[in-house]
Amino acid sequence: MSGIAEPFSEGSSLAHRLDPRGKIVVAALFATLIAVAQSLAAVLGGLTLAVLWLFLAWLPWRQVLGKLLAVNSFIFFLWLVLPFSYPGDPLFTVGPLTATKQGIWFSALITLKSNAIIIGLIALIATVPVVTLGQSLHSLKLPPKLCHLLLFTYRYLYVFEEEYQRLRTAMKMRGFRPRTNMHTYRAFAYLAAMLLVRSADRAERVFQAMLCRGFRGVFYSLRTFSWQRRDGVFLAGSLLALAAILLTEWRLPRLV
Amino acid sequence: MAEPLIVVDRITFAYPGAASPVFQNFSFQLGPEDHLGLIGPNGSGKTTLLHLIMGLLRPQAGRIIIFGNEVKTEKDFVPVRQQIGLLFQNADDQLFCPTVLEDVAFGPLNQGKSPAAAKEIALATLERLGLSGFEDRVTYKLSGGEKRLVSLATVLAMQPRVLLLDEPTSGLDEKTKHRLIHIIQELHIPFVIVSHEPDFLHHTVHNCCHLHLDHCEIKPVMLEEIYHEKDKVPNRGATSCCFGGPDRLVNG
Ligand SMILES: Nc1ncnc2c1ncn2[C@@H]1O[C@H](COP(=O)(O)OP(=O)(O)OP(=O)(O)O)[C@@H](O)[C@H]1O
Ligand SMILES: [Mg+2]
Repeated sequence: MSGIAEPFSEGSSLAHRLDPRGKIVVAALFATLIAVAQSLAAVLGGLTLAVLWLFLAWLPWRQVLGKLLAVNSFIFFLWLVLPFSYPGDPLFTVGPLTATKQGIWFSALITLKSNAIIIGLIALIATVPVVTLGQSLHSLKLPPKLCHLLLFTYRYLYVFEEEYQRLRTAMKMRGFRPRTNMHTYRAFAYLAAMLLVRSADRAERVFQAMLCRGFRGVFYSLRTFSWQRRDGVFLAGSLLALAAILLTEWRLPRLV
Repeated sequence: MAEPLIVVDRITFAYPGAASPVFQNFSFQLGPEDHLGLIGPNGSGKTTLLHLIMGLLRPQAGRIIIFGNEVKTEKDFVPVRQQIGLLFQNADDQLFCPTVLEDVAFGPLNQGKSPAAAKEIALATLERLGLSGFEDRVTYKLSGGEKRLVSLATVLAMQPRVLLLDEPTSGLDEKTKHRLIHIIQELHIPFVIVSHEPDFLHHTVHNCCHLHLDHCEIKPVMLEEIYHEKDKVPNRGATSCCFGGPDRLVNG
């Protein structure tokens, strides 16, 4: 029912059982490295590593493909623009537009990079429930305010969606069908306004309920993180792979 | 009579922007032995009173004294909330953690219990409410009645000294209601129950407090009485307060 559900966060695969702190550190390093990499070899290495992690996480591959499709539909727009606007050697022309070799190369590199990063994040970060993510960031010594921001954003995003669903159902139950007319526009305007007011109200009451149960600005967690041997192995292996990617990036001649 | 736990002393409260106040010069007391029903028509201020006691709303005038201390600021209410459990009228407002176990353990953790102890308390409380096996369920995917019971568990897990229940039976089936009656009868703490159900009150409380603008009228629970109350327009003009005048109030 919920669009903000965390479809990948539950599971018993190796990647799910790894200590979230190790996964966060590795994912952050990985994303940074791939984002700045310029050589094809480094990016391809990253993509391979990400796919390996994905196998560790053993997620329902249909859903993963769905997510990748969503990301790549954004990248598709990049392909419409970038090859024709990047300066370089002309390759072919479509009407008044000229595609450049460098433009196409650059678009391909961005596509590979984005996919590598997304796959890496799906395997390492999406396998951590948001609440645990907040707690692990906290135990990684991130400022508590930031962690709370993450947790509450998630929590209230959910409230927002829930309120929206409830209002939509209420409208549907009374025979509302969107059309292009004033009645529809007004109904949607009411919906938006009600959504805002009611969500703010709900958020307020949830906060009150938290106060009533002794909340004083600090989240305590039932989960105690325990660093195990497999976490050490995962961290060491990943860091080694990342070092190899870094080395490729540094040593191999730029292709662009 | 022993020293009252909760004293609401001649408070006035109106919601911001509201035309008329919900309470005017209103007094109320809860003693250490009291098992009190709180009744009144819809909109008479039952929920508002409970929220005032918990410090979620602040009166414009008057005093609130809890466990012998006057409470005024947010800081004063912190220990109060650790010791008084409030079950919200709407269970959706109460549950916010992803899983039932985490939600029930939230209070004990805030009270400084270790994760292991909090988990133990949470599991024991769930079992007591007949909710064993629910610990890993996702809170927003429970049925209305299940949400209600889990909310109650989140409150009971804090082992409160006083319990305030805002319509605990709404949405419960007969069997679950009986279980709830059983649970409440075994509580050895004072409590206030808001309910529109005469049978339920008959089984759980000694006295009923009929809410008015400026006082509440204490009467023993009698089934007919409450049935009668249901279709009565609130008599807001009455003045006699049968529950401890100002002279009996304890100063903090
Ligand atoms: N957030 C609010 N803002 C303004 N007025 C409010 C607010 N909440 C409640 N009221 C008003 O205050 C009065 C008392 O409301 P309250 O919720 O305390 O009633 P209640 O006795 O709990 O009713 P019910 O039996 O329906 O739960 C009502 O007239 C209501 O309209
Ligand atoms: Mg109410």
